[in-house]
Amino acid sequence: MAKAEKIVPVSTRARSGLGAVVPLLSRYAPAVCLVVLMVVFAILQPQFLTPRNLFNVMRQISIEGLIAIGMTFVILTAGIDLSVGSLVACAGLVAAMIAKGSTASSFSLSTSAQAGYGWFAAMLGAMLVGVLGGMIQGTAITKLKVPPFVVTLGGLSVFRGLALMISSSGPISGFDAGYRWWGQGSIGPVPVPALIFVGFAVLAFIVLRYTRYGRQVYAVGGNREAARLSGVNVQRVLFSVYVIIGFLSGLAGFVLSARLNSSEAVAGYGYELTVIASVVIGGTSLFGGVGSVFGTVIGSVLIGVLINGLVLMDVNPYVQQITIGLILVLVVAFDQFAKSRRLK
Amino acid sequence: MSEPLLRMEHITKRFPGVLALDDVAFEVTPGEAHGLLGENGAGKSTLLKILSGAYQPDAGSIEFGGEPIALETPLAAQRRGIVTIYQEFNLIPTMTVAENMFLGREPGRGQFIAWKRMVEDTAEQLGHLGLSIDPLAPVSDLSVGEQQMVEIVRALSMQSRLIVMDEPTSALSEQEVDRLFRIVADLKARGLSVIFVTHRLNEVMRICDRVTVLRDGRRVGSGRVGELGVDDFVKLMVGRSQTQLFTRLGDTRAAGPVVLQVEGLTRSRDPVNPHATVLADISLDVRAGEILGIAGLMGAGRTEVARSIFGADPRDSGTIAIDGRPVTIRSPVDAIRHGIGLVPEDRKQQALFLDLAVRNNLAISSLEQLSWGMWFVSDRAENALVERFRKALDIRMASAETKIADLSGGNQQKVVLARWLALQPKVLIVDEPTRGIDVAAKAEVHQQLDKMARAGIAIIAISSELPEILAISDRIVTMREGRITGSVLRDDATEESLMHLMAVAPTPQSIA
Repeated sequence: MAKAEKIVPVSTRARSGLGAVVPLLSRYAPAVCLVVLMVVFAILQPQFLTPRNLFNVMRQISIEGLIAIGMTFVILTAGIDLSVGSLVACAGLVAAMIAKGSTASSFSLSTSAQAGYGWFAAMLGAMLVGVLGGMIQGTAITKLKVPPFVVTLGGLSVFRGLALMISSSGPISGFDAGYRWWGQGSIGPVPVPALIFVGFAVLAFIVLRYTRYGRQVYAVGGNREAARLSGVNVQRVLFSVYVIIGFLSGLAGFVLSARLNSSEAVAGYGYELTVIASVVIGGTSLFGGVGSVFGTVIGSVLIGVLINGLVLMDVNPYVQQITIGLILVLVVAFDQFAKSRRLK
Repeated sequence: MSEPLLRMEHITKRFPGVLALDDVAFEVTPGEAHGLLGENGAGKSTLLKILSGAYQPDAGSIEFGGEPIALETPLAAQRRGIVTIYQEFNLIPTMTVAENMFLGREPGRGQFIAWKRMVEDTAEQLGHLGLSIDPLAPVSDLSVGEQQMVEIVRALSMQSRLIVMDEPTSALSEQEVDRLFRIVADLKARGLSVIFVTHRLNEVMRICDRVTVLRDGRRVGSGRVGELGVDDFVKLMVGRSQTQLFTRLGDTRAAGPVVLQVEGLTRSRDPVNPHATVLADISLDVRAGEILGIAGLMGAGRTEVARSIFGADPRDSGTIAIDGRPVTIRSPVDAIRHGIGLVPEDRKQQALFLDLAVRNNLAISSLEQLSWGMWFVSDRAENALVERFRKALDIRMASAETKIADLSGGNQQKVVLARWLALQPKVLIVDEPTRGIDVAAKAEVHQQLDKMARAGIAIIAISSELPEILAISDRIVTMREGRITGSVLRDDATEESLMHLMAVAPTPQSIA
């Protein structure tokens, strides 16, 4: 979301030199970085700019991107959700069980539908798992007053454990074509997961920019006490963001399972890192109140492009993790720096 | 009189736009308790911070124990034997009493702490003052009074010669105050000096030997308790302040029926927030078109009353009626639904969303009215609202999209006022409505309050500045130590009579 630009500060103090550059830079930094990165990869690797590769990147980022949209809401309220990867696994397994009609996983790669309930019921089931997970965590955060970090760290462990229990007999694989379409299909050249991602990004943008609820999310994150004294139901807003990210994690679990044609307990492992990194690199402040879905989309694409480029250039895969970690810390350091400049 | 222990001369301290201390002289003799008095903003805290090494004076000299000294840092002041005990204590709540006592100077060899000795020494020093506090108890388990005792004992163990106490009794129970005063008497007997910064004149009369009064950054008087009485101190404290003269407003306002009626509001000690003033049996009413001023010194409980009425803080008992009908208010959402608004005392911490635009800041409470359909906020309605109040309140800003942080304090405050006016409240409570804004903007805010009252809103105005209270109120309620001590019509009130009610009037409890 492009916020107000070209404003003449009413205050008399003139911003000079670095002080004038930093706020501008911090607003457009993610987009500028993305463009620079793409140019570099295009020069180093001719394969990079082919449509095939770019659509591939889109398919790859969509699932974590979907969760990152939810994470944007959470981080805007100065919260955090570490449980997303585990919830993805739970939701994917439940979807698979519904589609297959049993927990008994066959290693059969038969594509014919068995005695299941079809992809629609499976998708609804995955969403329901996500919403329930979000409601439980949201309740613990708002009613029991346990910090989000702790609640969702617990969730990370609990949901992963549940996933392992559900799938004690191993991965559940082999879905019908209707199910797989949600992860592997395309409309024209565009992968279905990418369409889902973009669709929810637009929806989230509208919600945050044009609805009462969106305003309240920014208000609660910007100044919780002021929001309370302005008549915002702070607890309800906090609860809701965990339900939103739960829903999107559930949906992401279904899409991932469809893409891999398999659900397993280790699905979504480590997603929290990429997802939080996407949001933060996209300019949303971990302190709450500042950020946008647009930034998160840029952040997701940036990480996707980075990983894709490194893969194409045959860089040691461990370097990817190192790079993401370093970028995350650098971006927040820059955010802090920009903040201290603002306060001066 | 013996040679003074502390002699401060020609102390001057200037902050941007304010002369906080102007050529102040201050003396403390060995073995005396010296009261430092003054209204809010008189310069007491600044003087105290210079003495503790937190601020450097722009001019002036300090002599301690007969030799000129410079107090460059808080550590330097402590090394000289000047220890300041602040209202919010400097103890680490998660550590034990013993650890706190010896923080940074633990006994032992190298990195290894001699635990046994540390605990024994702590117990012994606490014992000197007749205190039975477990040296191994975590500080968070102690009462506020006990924490203060630990601070005092720590100060003593640092070979202090002068102990400065900032509002030491504000969070104490009566028994704890008595114990504190016994200990202060004990310290005096040992030749230590104590500076008491306080609003409570009765306590000054009980414990202090001499008193110095500051007003508007100047020393306006000093004398021996007994030779000067409470009335003299009150006169010295208020005087006629030269810097703050407000136009009197509202002579032709006519009050309508009672809109808000508060009956028997009480609030006991809040374990989460022990520094919040305990409220006892607060009853008041406000009429449509009337401005009720609430005057009181720091810690009198004015803000707590406002927040309790608004549902922002818990209360134990008490009823609130709007237009004669009792209402239930448990949260700000309830209060707003019943037509009550609150402009809180700390604009930045409690009212503004500094990262957001003026538009979002102004409209946050009235989004429901600005929406179309179930959810969507109408940009057009929102902009129209901002435009309406920009004109009505003369808010100076580049555009509705300007970040609120880029507005001046006065204009920010107008945005907060507009936030509530947009809801057309029946009752508006304004807590320190002109704090931290310049004189011209103050006058503007006063005019706006006058206008709102004329439009029929019942207004409660809380202020630390008596001239402000006198300029805008129709009626004034005074508070002290969580109780109402008086209710006077503006025409019958003077700064002096109000200060009397705020600082020395007996509370109903002490009459009984």
